[in-house]
Amino acid sequence: MQGPKLRVSDVNAPQFLVSGKPVPMPSLMAAEGVARSDAQATNSAAARRFYKSRVPIYPKLVHGTFRKVKWAAMAVLLAIYYLVPWIRWDRGPGAAGQAVLVDLAHERFYFFFIEIWPQEVYYVTGLLILAAIGLFLATALFGRIWCGYACPQTVWTDLFIYVEDLIEGDRSARIRSSKEPRTATKIAKRASKHAVWLLIALATGGAWIFYFADAPTLARSLVTGESSPIIYAFIGLFTFTTYSLAGLMREQVCIYMCPWPRIQAAMTDAEALSVTYRTDRGEPRGPHKKGQSWESRGSCIDCNQCVAACPMGIDIRDGLQLECINCALCIDACDEVLLKIGQPKGLIGYDTDLNLQRRAKGEKARFRFVRPRTIVYAALLLAVGAVMLVSLSTRATVGLDAIRDRNPNFVVLADGSVRNGYMIKVLNRGAEPRTFLISIEGPKISAVRIIGLDDAKLPARIAVEADKVRTLRVLITVAGHDLHTGSQEIEFTVADPKIGERHETASVFVSGEPRS
Amino acid sequence: MSKKDVDQHSGTETTGHEWDGIRELNTPLPRWWLGIFYATIVWAVGYWVVMPAWPLVNGYTHGVLNHSQRADVAKAVEMLKASRRASEARLSKAGLTTIQNDPDLLQFAMAEGKAAFGDNCAPCHGSGGQGHKGYPNLNDDVWLWGGTLGDIQHTITVGVRSVSPDTRQSQMPAFGRDGILKDAQIGDVTEFVLSLSGRSADAKAIARGKKVFADNCVACHGERGLGNRAFGAPNLADRDWLYGGTREDIRSQIELGRGGVMPTWGGRLSPETIKALAVYVHSLGGGE
Repeated sequence: MQGPKLRVSDVNAPQFLVSGKPVPMPSLMAAEGVARSDAQATNSAAARRFYKSRVPIYPKLVHGTFRKVKWAAMAVLLAIYYLVPWIRWDRGPGAAGQAVLVDLAHERFYFFFIEIWPQEVYYVTGLLILAAIGLFLATALFGRIWCGYACPQTVWTDLFIYVEDLIEGDRSARIRSSKEPRTATKIAKRASKHAVWLLIALATGGAWIFYFADAPTLARSLVTGESSPIIYAFIGLFTFTTYSLAGLMREQVCIYMCPWPRIQAAMTDAEALSVTYRTDRGEPRGPHKKGQSWESRGSCIDCNQCVAACPMGIDIRDGLQLECINCALCIDACDEVLLKIGQPKGLIGYDTDLNLQRRAKGEKARFRFVRPRTIVYAALLLAVGAVMLVSLSTRATVGLDAIRDRNPNFVVLADGSVRNGYMIKVLNRGAEPRTFLISIEGPKISAVRIIGLDDAKLPARIAVEADKVRTLRVLITVAGHDLHTGSQEIEFTVADPKIGERHETASVFVSGEPRS
Repeated sequence: MSKKDVDQHSGTETTGHEWDGIRELNTPLPRWWLGIFYATIVWAVGYWVVMPAWPLVNGYTHGVLNHSQRADVAKAVEMLKASRRASEARLSKAGLTTIQNDPDLLQFAMAEGKAAFGDNCAPCHGSGGQGHKGYPNLNDDVWLWGGTLGDIQHTITVGVRSVSPDTRQSQMPAFGRDGILKDAQIGDVTEFVLSLSGRSADAKAIARGKKVFADNCVACHGERGLGNRAFGAPNLADRDWLYGGTREDIRSQIELGRGGVMPTWGGRLSPETIKALAVYVHSLGGGE
């Protein structure tokens, strides 16, 4: 199928070529005042191949409501990313002063008023469950709103494309330059684009590390070159990933690497909002001649501006497709054209699959946000959130673990009594040093010894520093005539007598065989 | 050069060879691959100059940096020693009880003791010091040569039945194998020994055995079989048996008179390490 070809360089000075000779062209104008773009949906389903080299996409910068929303979202999200590590939070002397900090060296995770120890990592699990259900709910309501506005891949790619636009010029300039031979100007432009990209990537990688160490201290040692090589290596790693993912790979990440487009197929339904080409309004499409009536034809003038604006290289008029990240830039592109040709806005807009069918049948469009699916997601979200809130607000600030010696399992003493050893860990999650009482219940204890503690009378008084764990070895002896079974339960209890908080942990006392 | 043979379907040049009508495409290597390949060659040349690389007849090229992994290891070991020097010096000066009462020193000694125990003692005594038949359990309250810090330190330093002139020395005669006692006598004395921990009811045999015991055993084990730490003679009246406590086990021990060897660690381990080991073993639970 060799049709008439458009030369890219002719976009601004249209000329139609057949076998290299200019011929009178049928129409390069989609309508009066609106040029037809030669943009092609390189990633459309029809162009899918098993093995395909990347066809570069040169998205056209658009102006409009959704572009403004996206700029705002980008500003807010980038601000959160860069500023959060610098928020201070007073936790008392000697404690971490950063509001959000993953302190790997001291095994603590701080999030404002919450402090999580490694053994409480299930709170992170809860957080991930919340995030997942939140994403499900958002998808059921608004489709791929995450992909279009909030995903880091989208935010940074958007920023990188904007930089490209600033330095190399708009879409047609970029296409023209890609076909031109290498000139000093072209090389200079390319080089400065990559330099700016690398700078942004460096700032991205450089900000990430502040979540893992005290930011002001780290910033000082970073600048003076005194930080550990590992930190510089991590900055380098994140610089590289940002540069290559947002600068070089862009839409390939969403199409080939990200699982979310596949998962969302299960999350959306016919009533979820998505960026939709309203076929009922647009078809039949075709160029509009000056003075032609709008009766018995669609509003789509086939100007291809939606395709030119698409950062994913698809044609929204092909319908819902997995490549579409719902960034809504085609809406802005289309609305701009509709304004010029005097048609009402909204040929492309947030709509649902169901509404397309309803309008085709002559019914009224309807938007239902309260559906069984969204109710279930919202209920789950509330339930998990409530469980987390309750368990976070009622969690004990004292903890106890008892780990029984396994080597040897038990020790038989000369008089026939049996001794078991336990490693007990007493946790003080409070902000002050505290003294706890340890008591042991279960077998009839004939002797108890706590290594490192002079008097070992039960209940034993154990002082633990603030925000620390104290490990002690406890030796418990039970006389032979009190050992009626080979194994019996034993319970360790730690209590803070001042505030009445207590925590129990169960273990066993083993003697191998009954000895009474 | 022969004319280039180009495959008409793919437009790619072929190698020019043909096997049963099959020709192989000579697809060029991807440019990125070639780029990396050439870069590694350049890298290698630089590496030869900077780092040790080529073997020579008597040695090797050292490279501009004169890098050596052996030197790195030696330096790391030296740094480790330096970081421990202060604590090691304190350990060297401090008495055993002082170590046990100073939390910092105790922690250092316990760490060193645990590592040294794993390296040197665990093969016989077990990784938890739980012992085995013939190898004493170090967790319990039974000590052949005494269970105070000093006793343990001395036993480790000189060993048992070992090469040191001061080594702990004891020998249970092989009453059966060497023909000192007759079979029946051994049976009787076994019953007597069992009766010390209340496990025999054969009054006649016990009476006969008591005589044999008085003639042959009391010198070391004492009249009531309570043992004597001066000779490393075990208590025969308790529940702990180094070579097993059944009638057969006891009988076989009287016949064979087995005794294990513990190496002389003094000279092989530094005095500081032996101190740390004594503190560690003492803390296993049985220390006196």
